[in-house]
Amino acid sequence: MFIYTLKRLLLAALVAFAVSVLAFVLVRLTGDVAIAIAGEGARAEDIAAVRQQYGLDRPLVVQYVEWLGRTLKGDFGQSLYFKTPVTELIGDKIQTTAVLALLSIAFALILSIPLGVMAAVWQNSWIDRLCLGLAVAGQALPNFFFALCLIMVFSIGLGWLPVSGADSWWHFIMPTVALGYYVTPPFMRLVRAGMIEVLNADYIRTARAKGLPPATVVLRHALRNALVPVVALTAVQLGFLLGGSIVIETVFALDGLGYLAYQAIAQKDFPVIQAVLLMLSVAYVLLTLGADLVNAWLDPRIRVG
Amino acid sequence: MGWSLKRSAMRGLAALAMGVVLAAGLAGSADAQKARNTVRFAYDQVPENVDPFFNNVRIGVIIAHQVWDNLIYRDPKTNEYKGQLATAWRWVDEKTLELDLRRGVKFHNGAEFSADDVVYTLNYVANPANRSTTQSNVNWIERVVKVDSHKVRIITKRPFPAAIEYLAGPIVIHPAAYYEQVGPKGMNEKPIGSGPYRVVEHQIGRSITLERNPDYFRDGPKPQPTIQRIVIRFIPDRQTQIAEMLSGGLDFVMNVAPDQAQQMRVVPTLQIVSGGTMRIVFLNLATTERSPSEPLRDVRVRRAIAHAIDRQTMATQLVGQGSQLINAICFPAQFGCDASQATVYNYDPAKARQLLAEAGFPNGFEVEFHAYRERNQSEAMINYLRAVGIRATLRFGQYAAMRDQIRAGRAAMAHQTWGSFSINDVSASTPVYYKGLDDDISRDPKVIELLERGDTVTDPQQRIAAYRQAHAIITDQAYSVPLYNLVTFYAASKDLEFNAYPDELPRFWEMRWK
Repeated sequence: MFIYTLKRLLLAALVAFAVSVLAFVLVRLTGDVAIAIAGEGARAEDIAAVRQQYGLDRPLVVQYVEWLGRTLKGDFGQSLYFKTPVTELIGDKIQTTAVLALLSIAFALILSIPLGVMAAVWQNSWIDRLCLGLAVAGQALPNFFFALCLIMVFSIGLGWLPVSGADSWWHFIMPTVALGYYVTPPFMRLVRAGMIEVLNADYIRTARAKGLPPATVVLRHALRNALVPVVALTAVQLGFLLGGSIVIETVFALDGLGYLAYQAIAQKDFPVIQAVLLMLSVAYVLLTLGADLVNAWLDPRIRVG
Repeated sequence: MGWSLKRSAMRGLAALAMGVVLAAGLAGSADAQKARNTVRFAYDQVPENVDPFFNNVRIGVIIAHQVWDNLIYRDPKTNEYKGQLATAWRWVDEKTLELDLRRGVKFHNGAEFSADDVVYTLNYVANPANRSTTQSNVNWIERVVKVDSHKVRIITKRPFPAAIEYLAGPIVIHPAAYYEQVGPKGMNEKPIGSGPYRVVEHQIGRSITLERNPDYFRDGPKPQPTIQRIVIRFIPDRQTQIAEMLSGGLDFVMNVAPDQAQQMRVVPTLQIVSGGTMRIVFLNLATTERSPSEPLRDVRVRRAIAHAIDRQTMATQLVGQGSQLINAICFPAQFGCDASQATVYNYDPAKARQLLAEAGFPNGFEVEFHAYRERNQSEAMINYLRAVGIRATLRFGQYAAMRDQIRAGRAAMAHQTWGSFSINDVSASTPVYYKGLDDDISRDPKVIELLERGDTVTDPQQRIAAYRQAHAIITDQAYSVPLYNLVTFYAASKDLEFNAYPDELPRFWEMRWK
């Protein structure tokens, strides 16, 4: 287990490093950052001044090493647009994103576990197909489109929910549903597959033979075992949701990390883009690492392989 | 997934939403806002800092004029200059402007306005070390000196007759003591001005709430506001803004896309108003020896291009109501935008073909066409050019990329637009493209000389004469094809009374509920 953990940690560090390089290079590939900062109507000398002021005239490798050095010390630099420390900006916004991601994952679990169980118990029936249909729709519908459909029905048509903003819990309902629905399908399929496997196991047959009520067999004996892989998947999907919130936060004008990333991209605010990209991917790497370790701990076969 | 797909899907949904509103017979909750005397406005961009000297976005300009005052006020209806924080002004010599200041004006923190505020604010922002965002707004100021408690002198670096317009536009006055203490960062967090509205809450990146300033000075050019509260929210997605308008969550938005504005006209709770803006559109041609397209060095070819484009149809069909043709490279209301001696080329494809043949291109030629916004207009122009034999290929990209190409001498034709930063003086438009600066791709020495004279002579008549002559040469030589101005669409609650102005500045202080 120790060797396995060490290997995974090393791999995670390598991935994080690769991401940091990509985050740095990609931003620069989108065009001359100095021109973007200088804005419309800037003269050649304004642009040259900007280039010098931000150290953009130095070789890329030098810029990267300097940035990495500062980043490792926890200093993401200053936002070019807002002129405030990036750490401060991210600190302000991270709460909204975290709340949204946790609510969404909770919504996805509450929706997918019962559906997955039903699909497994009534395997190949119309219930199974309905659940499959819901799963396919969740995966196929782009979440911004689904979000606008929700707005149309619940805000414009029925007038029940506010369209945008983050002033109350009511404001989080539609973003949660829109974001959570998107990650429902993998959970549902995992629960269904796990349940089908477990329901055919010997100990379930024994439980049934003992004359236990069907609900007790399914919920107490089967579901508990089928949920083990879901725990690991939850960690991975949570990382995914942190990144997926860019579009949803923009549509619902939720002032979180995703919205910040959207603005930063529009303004070519590269210190912010780099920091958000790095943070989100490190969070993803850590959550995946956690999931791997949990899986390995639960299932010795993984760590041997 | 492409953003264009997203956008068109969203557009489709917005149209559907309009149907939902009509079917549901929604009255909207605008009545409630009317009773509370509040206007809720949304904008898609967050200003980097609301201190007017430290942002260069439209919403920054909008907030600036509600919360702060200028020394001079330009009446948007008559374009006449009136005293705001100054009561009178005069040029003492060609580089010294003296201003008498208003007495009895108070800032929102209770501080009394005086010469010290003007001296401190202007000297601070004019110092390049303080890095105010748009240097051209302030870099003409050499220094400002106090004459007495309510009189100052602004000394300019060079003769700068447009100073009055800058003092009436981007330059506002901060309370000196407060600004000295908190700087631009503190000014952003807790803005203090002397304007008709004061900031009661600024949730950075989210919203700004303004409240009527009960102590706003009377007898000024801005009337006492009647709307009690203005809530400005930042909603990045335009479709969400429209959904908010439809559900009654907002009372006022601007920059609505023309097709959506058209659809929203059917909603009974809303009014759609379109207004011409100061942003002009023109086709700029590279004519020097550096021009990547040799045919464009021939004036007959350039005139052919001007005759080939049906700009009236484009203005009516593609831009929309409120768009006017322009005959010089400036916005008609700008001081010095005198096109009375400009050559106007009517739409005449036959003449265009004839001119091309005379120039030795009876079968036309190939050329690259650079553009960065309003792609439908670029494509229309390309079609008009094709009709006379000029085979133009569209090179569509980011503004910065296009400008790079132009400055590197690689762009033969550029579909340009220019908003003049809402400065109502030609010095903010024509010279940008014709005074020999970076973006000048015709570099006519006579035009450069005339524009230089127009920008620096203090006598208004001499200025106009110089500019008029410059416009005459630019159009006679067809260095550019002047097209029209763009239009912006506003959507507002039906009961809100407001005016749309070319400077795209909603004036909340003069709005009222019917």
